[in-house]
Amino acid sequence: MLKISTAPHLTTNRDTRALMTDVIIALIPAALVAVLFFGLAALKVILTAVAGCVLFEYLAGRYWFKTGNTTRDGSAVITGLLLAFNLPSSMPVLMILCGCFMAIVVAKLCYGGLGKNIFNPALVGRVFLFISFPVQMTTWPKPEFLNLWSFDAQTGATTLGILKHLDASTSATALVQGTSAESIPAYWQMFVGYTGGCLGEVSALALLIGFVYMLWRKVITWHIPFYYMATVFVITAVMWLLTKDVRYEPLTHLLSGGLILGAVFMATDYTTSPMTKNAQILYAVGCGVLTIVIRLWSAYPEGVSFAILIMNALVPLMDKYAKPRFYGSRR
Amino acid sequence: MTKLKTFRIGGIHPNKYKITTDSPIIDAGLPDIVTIPVKQHIGAPAKILVQKGDKVKVGTLLADADGIVSSDVHSSVSGEILKIEETEGEFGYLEKMITIKVEGDDWAPSINRSDDIIREIPFSAEEIIAKIREAGIVGMGGAGYPTPIKTTIPENRKIDFLIINGIECEPFLTADDRLMVEKAEQIVIGAKILNKALGIQNAIIAVDENKPHAVEILSRLSKSYIGVNVQVCATKYPQGGEKQLINAVTGREVPSGKLPADAGCIVQNVGTVNAVYEAVLKNKPLFERIVTVSGDACLHPANFRVRVGTPASFLIEKCGGLTENTAQVIFGGPMMGTSAFNINAPVTKLTSGILLLSDKLAHKAPAGDCIRCAKCVEVCPVGLQPFMIGRLVRAGMLEETREFHPLDCIECGCCAFTCPAHLPLLDYCKLAKAELKRKK
Repeated sequence: MLKISTAPHLTTNRDTRALMTDVIIALIPAALVAVLFFGLAALKVILTAVAGCVLFEYLAGRYWFKTGNTTRDGSAVITGLLLAFNLPSSMPVLMILCGCFMAIVVAKLCYGGLGKNIFNPALVGRVFLFISFPVQMTTWPKPEFLNLWSFDAQTGATTLGILKHLDASTSATALVQGTSAESIPAYWQMFVGYTGGCLGEVSALALLIGFVYMLWRKVITWHIPFYYMATVFVITAVMWLLTKDVRYEPLTHLLSGGLILGAVFMATDYTTSPMTKNAQILYAVGCGVLTIVIRLWSAYPEGVSFAILIMNALVPLMDKYAKPRFYGSRR
Repeated sequence: MTKLKTFRIGGIHPNKYKITTDSPIIDAGLPDIVTIPVKQHIGAPAKILVQKGDKVKVGTLLADADGIVSSDVHSSVSGEILKIEETEGEFGYLEKMITIKVEGDDWAPSINRSDDIIREIPFSAEEIIAKIREAGIVGMGGAGYPTPIKTTIPENRKIDFLIINGIECEPFLTADDRLMVEKAEQIVIGAKILNKALGIQNAIIAVDENKPHAVEILSRLSKSYIGVNVQVCATKYPQGGEKQLINAVTGREVPSGKLPADAGCIVQNVGTVNAVYEAVLKNKPLFERIVTVSGDACLHPANFRVRVGTPASFLIEKCGGLTENTAQVIFGGPMMGTSAFNINAPVTKLTSGILLLSDKLAHKAPAGDCIRCAKCVEVCPVGLQPFMIGRLVRAGMLEETREFHPLDCIECGCCAFTCPAHLPLLDYCKLAKAELKRKK
């Protein structure tokens, strides 16, 4: 018997699972850096988050939503990894599991599962934890290279936290006298990840390796990460040149906090980002502007999570009104 | 290195599988019986002129074009007409076909069978178009649009470019490639003939870079012919699509809902151009073509010169038969061809390939859920949003798809090829098209 089918008769073998596997591979360098600088405590957080997310996806899909076993596509593993990357290494296990539940069950499966959720699940989990457990979420163990058993490490502030507590007068003098500015890490420290912060966000280098891998495997295109980071860089650069205030230093803003993690891995989440190129650019620029607004003028030192979640909500609108020009339509 | 020309939006790079690139064209020989459909083109079926029991020669007119958008059909063999009735086509649908029992190989005396190349074109534009019409030539790239209509330019249009399509972007197929290598001069002269018919001096033979042999021969030959040039393009699917090729070569776009002539371009397939040469200078009607028989389940892939009406099964036998692991037989290319139900169906003027695919390639994974990866939007060479059309069609909102322009879809299948959830996006698009056309 011959098979009958409609054209095209060839299809790609890059299915959902293959794409998700590539994202997981792209996240591995950042995970390694986290363990390198924050020790086995980081590994504990990562494993807890991944196991929690996969378990909730399995249990809720099977017994509550009756959608069957959807863990095979690998998206729950990514949510778990990204959630872990947004937590400090000292986060208690039960709190992590609360975050997993919010991310997978509430933010994803309640909306119909992969492809139908409006908000980035990992970010919903993170913001939930941030609001519920502010103390634990802002206790940052200091990085200690290859000190694996650093479960009770000293804590310090993040770069953005330091910037937030500078006021205009001190920062101006800091630049002149070089006193309090010393507490801001050097660029190389921020680039390799030798700085306080969430697990996955500290090392720009590891994240960029993952970015290049995803570009090479054609998992994502360069547009969203580039426009997001460029917007942040340009706005802060303009303000820095105008004021010479260290709080606006563009490279510090680019390398610190969750900007690169957010731009490369969270804003590019397939489901919660726009479909057309025009809308993607609009979305990325919007994320950049909101990030800066929150970082500089709100009560919070970091704004990447909120910026992406707010822009997530606008995705359907942007998809509707930023339609691309198609072949043969009037210019 | 300069960047090679290609179309602007979308496109994919499927595996090429060009197994038969270096296999010379061989004559397939004569089957015992041929069945010739009276409709091998877009438009009305041709009016049948012969009766059961008639004796015909190779090149005898069997059916006459019925109206402007239609085409003549000639006999591809000599022999006796056995029956004229509804016969199963490749899809299993019944089509009117003329069945001829083959007796010898007796050609009509008007056909010049010598291999000499004729370089003089002693005809006017009107005479050329009349000869093309009499030879029953249609677009051999697959669309089957009657060539005489394409070469007759409406009063208020000005044609700037004649683009000869030697792209052959479908995987597996090498029929056009071999033709360009073996009949290069005929194609160049055919381009000159069409130049004359259109009253221009600007034929561009577009070949993509994965056919270096054809590029080399054609470039060398075109130097001695004024008004015929070769343009090498980057390899990308669906560059062989008319609208995409116009964009690649000239940078122009065909306005939505309009014809290539509205962008000042005429596109002709290399097979068609060769047929034009044979019709105008050799008096040979279109009754044979080059067919690639290939596929990953095919034992001895080859390129054949095949008489129209030859059953596909006859060619498959020549290549080692239907193997155990053949899961699917395709008429045409694997991206846009049709999946055959009846392998005894005949080769027509439009059949560029017969492909035997194993289960490994023909396997279609069950459709999952859209993950909004935007890959369909990225690859669509028209710049449509296939996922949105699919979503509306699934919800039964066919009228609402109009906003997303499914009528501009060229049915290349890039969206369905690339979808990681294996959604049948092209099927949704075709459904929306059919519904919108019905309502128009």
